[in-house]
Amino acid sequence: MLGKLDWSAIPFDQPIPLLAGAVVLVAILAVLIWVVVKGHLPYLWHEWITSVDHKRIGVMYILLASVMLLRGGSDAIMMRIQQAVAYQSQGYLPPEHYNQIFSAHGTIMIFFVAMPFVIGLMNLIVPLQLGVRDVAFPTLNSVGFWLAATGALLVNLSLVIGEFARTGWLAFPPLSELSYSPGVGVDYYAWSLQISGVGTLVAGINLVTTVLKLRTRGMNYLRMPMFCWTTLASNLLIVAAFPILTATLAMLLLDRYLGFHFFTNEAGGNVMMFMNLIWAWGHPEVYILVLPAFGIFSEVVSTFSGKALFGYRSMVLATMAICVISFMVWLHHFFTMGAGPDVNAIFGIASMIIAIPTGVKIYNWLFTMYGGRIRFETPMLWAVGFMVTFIIGGLTGVLVAVPPADFMLHNSMFLVAHFHNVIIGGVLFGAFAGFEYWFPKAFGFRLDERWGKAAFWFTFLGFYVTFVPLYIAGMLGMTRRMQHYDVAAWRPWMIVAAIGMVVLTVGVICQVMQIVVSIRNREALRDRTGDPWDGRSLEWATSSPPPVFNFAFSPDVRGEDAYWDMKIHAQQQSLEHEGPEYQDIEMPRNSPTGFVCAFFATIMGFALIWHMWWMVILGGIGAFATFVVFAWRDHDEYVIPAEEVARIDRVNLEERRSLVSMAGAI
Amino acid sequence: MSMTATVGRAHADPHHIGIVIEHPGPASKRIVTAYGFWVFLLSDIVMFSCFFAAYAVLVGQTAGGPKGSEIFEQRNVAIETVCLLLSSFTCGMASIAADVRNRFWFYFGMAVTCVLGLVFLAMEFREFADLVSRGYGPSRSAFLTAFFSLVGCHGLHVSAGVLWLLTMMAQVFAKGFRADILRRMMCFALFWHALDIIWVAVFSVVYLLGSGV
Ligand code: HEM
Ligand SMILES: [Cu+2]
Repeated sequence: MLGKLDWSAIPFDQPIPLLAGAVVLVAILAVLIWVVVKGHLPYLWHEWITSVDHKRIGVMYILLASVMLLRGGSDAIMMRIQQAVAYQSQGYLPPEHYNQIFSAHGTIMIFFVAMPFVIGLMNLIVPLQLGVRDVAFPTLNSVGFWLAATGALLVNLSLVIGEFARTGWLAFPPLSELSYSPGVGVDYYAWSLQISGVGTLVAGINLVTTVLKLRTRGMNYLRMPMFCWTTLASNLLIVAAFPILTATLAMLLLDRYLGFHFFTNEAGGNVMMFMNLIWAWGHPEVYILVLPAFGIFSEVVSTFSGKALFGYRSMVLATMAICVISFMVWLHHFFTMGAGPDVNAIFGIASMIIAIPTGVKIYNWLFTMYGGRIRFETPMLWAVGFMVTFIIGGLTGVLVAVPPADFMLHNSMFLVAHFHNVIIGGVLFGAFAGFEYWFPKAFGFRLDERWGKAAFWFTFLGFYVTFVPLYIAGMLGMTRRMQHYDVAAWRPWMIVAAIGMVVLTVGVICQVMQIVVSIRNREALRDRTGDPWDGRSLEWATSSPPPVFNFAFSPDVRGEDAYWDMKIHAQQQSLEHEGPEYQDIEMPRNSPTGFVCAFFATIMGFALIWHMWWMVILGGIGAFATFVVFAWRDHDEYVIPAEEVARIDRVNLEERRSLVSMAGAI
Repeated sequence: MSMTATVGRAHADPHHIGIVIEHPGPASKRIVTAYGFWVFLLSDIVMFSCFFAAYAVLVGQTAGGPKGSEIFEQRNVAIETVCLLLSSFTCGMASIAADVRNRFWFYFGMAVTCVLGLVFLAMEFREFADLVSRGYGPSRSAFLTAFFSLVGCHGLHVSAGVLWLLTMMAQVFAKGFRADILRRMMCFALFWHALDIIWVAVFSVVYLLGSGV
């Protein structure tokens, strides 16, 4: 009846996960009770959970990412403490527990922090920048989000029920095969990624279609904001790469569940095939994450320099070049596994070629700043901090792409430092820049600058104090994933890194404080104009937060930097226009499909992990039934009457008039 | 935006390329749906290519078990192929019937498609069951693993297609040829034809090449 599930699944003998689980459970219960008692449940249900509004879904994605960032961050703190104390001793964590932590940390940070964060920002902003009312498939969008949440939920469940994989975040066989990992850890890993991977694919298809088919009038390809371009590139990569992950994990699961022989040591299975497949997904994946960040930096740098982006078309070209090349270099992740010098040389050179378009981008940002009126507000700080940091990360990347050097550095702390350098300095800084930059758009008030700047500086410094020592330890020969060690020379660096972790934590606290303080002072920080930064693209043309329908009239675009153009021209023409004819707007109706579907997906995932076959069938039928019910409904749109549109838009226009006269003065 | 209503077209050609094709605005729902579904199909084909690649890597790894030429039955596969190709044709007929709102021919076309799909699945199932009963199941060797997975993955898609097909028939029965149902029908037809194309690849790579060796 319960498959493999019994009381032994709950780790009563391990205080840390049990305590953490208890705290989280109490917190969730408290929030739930508060929500129910205060009567917020209907509001939550109607306005958020069943919402198909791309802005709401974007916000929920970012919320999911933030919560998971705290979880992944706690894992990081635990690892840094362990390595600081585990010199010639066991440290405070048993080895198999440490292995679960680093696997969970990597998995969570990539799949449930970085991915939802960038997808959330893209969801939130891209339709606005394109001047349209929603994404191509609003209900699917909600399904995608809730499936991502399902994956995150399963990973967290593994903390108290059962265990997580001990294989590292890519679950290499044969370690992840049944004979070496008989527990449910790898199953938790694989099913949560399978389910959230479907969600990611849905989001990718949705955004590709949105960018290619739903631009407003006059928004030619070469007038799209840079962020839309990088969104397009990133989502094309999602559509092309995520099916590879799905197939690879499916093969691994077939091996584990049905005794197949894709990657086993016996019967002709081939482990190298797993390496090839997983990195054919994995390398594009890092560009899926970093390309949107590049887009964010482009927007931020040009807005805060008060200039159009330098070399817009070379930037587009560089983006698309990266999109293509990133698919051709996966083998550099296993130079050391005996492919031979010729293959290694080709992939080494191909890897280094990516540095060229990336360099183009860096120069373009610098030239955009050159001669501009730079305002160092928080988003701009993140952008500049990124440029400095990313150059170092890129250089060490080129270094590990040299096969002979990689023989020294593979699986060392140097590598760990490298990928954190690019992932934190690139993706996370980009996510924070986007968060600070677009927060006023999403919520109608700015974030507090003082706390924001403090958060930046602590994170920035903390990052260097944490990861520079790892570069050094790597060069001193320290390998990754060590539970404890006996080399005295490494110890000081591990201690410095732990101190860096403290500084980083202060940065995180500042970030939280910033949000708390800003919410408290939201009246003072209110953004009435919809354009707090004197922005250049269309998302600033509507009010903050935008009405459900985004734009009362579809904007008509006549050049790059569409909104900047409008502001300039409106100034010249002293903003005379007739009260235009408002029209009824049709918007997609809310739908619980996403939530219900994810509910059944959770049941199914959990049942699969624990081999409860009746429950698997139940979940499957439920998910199918959900879609049939959805397909059966008769009205999928509702109408916002013209008077309502007019009323909302007039308020927005009034606020804006004053602003436009301001902007022209620049 | 209303404020640009009076602005001229001065900025229509910011890069001085010479040709300016003004983007007319968002595409119609029909086009957006079909386009999105195409993108999905492409991603599905990427997934299939992984299984094809795995098959290519593992085809020689028989671990002392049978080779392809020893287990494939040409006659069976030929009938399967005919069924599937015919079903693509009848599916096309059903699409046309839906376009001209002819209920009878729509049901008829879909029903025949369904029967052909089921015959295909039954034959495939029999082939699998037969192999397993002779001890040549997927865990016998890496080659058989790859074979069962690739062919089985296609079979799973066909099963999902049959489920979808029945749902489409029920929908037309209950709701008639509404615009959203027609869009869905278009996606279903794309899906079914794509399965056909993938089968042609399976047929050539697995059965034709395999029985020659
Ligand atoms: C907040 C500061 C962070 C610290 C101190 C930290 C620390 C660590 C440590 C100690 C490891 C294990 C290294 C080893 O193999 O020995 C690790 C692995 C990893 N981290 Fe982080 N991390 C941080 C943030 C992040 C972020 C933001 C991301 C991604 C967005 C990330 C992604 C990864 C990945 C992918 C791995 C590889 C896991 C594996 O090897 O299995 N980390 N991190
Ligand atoms: Cu790579």
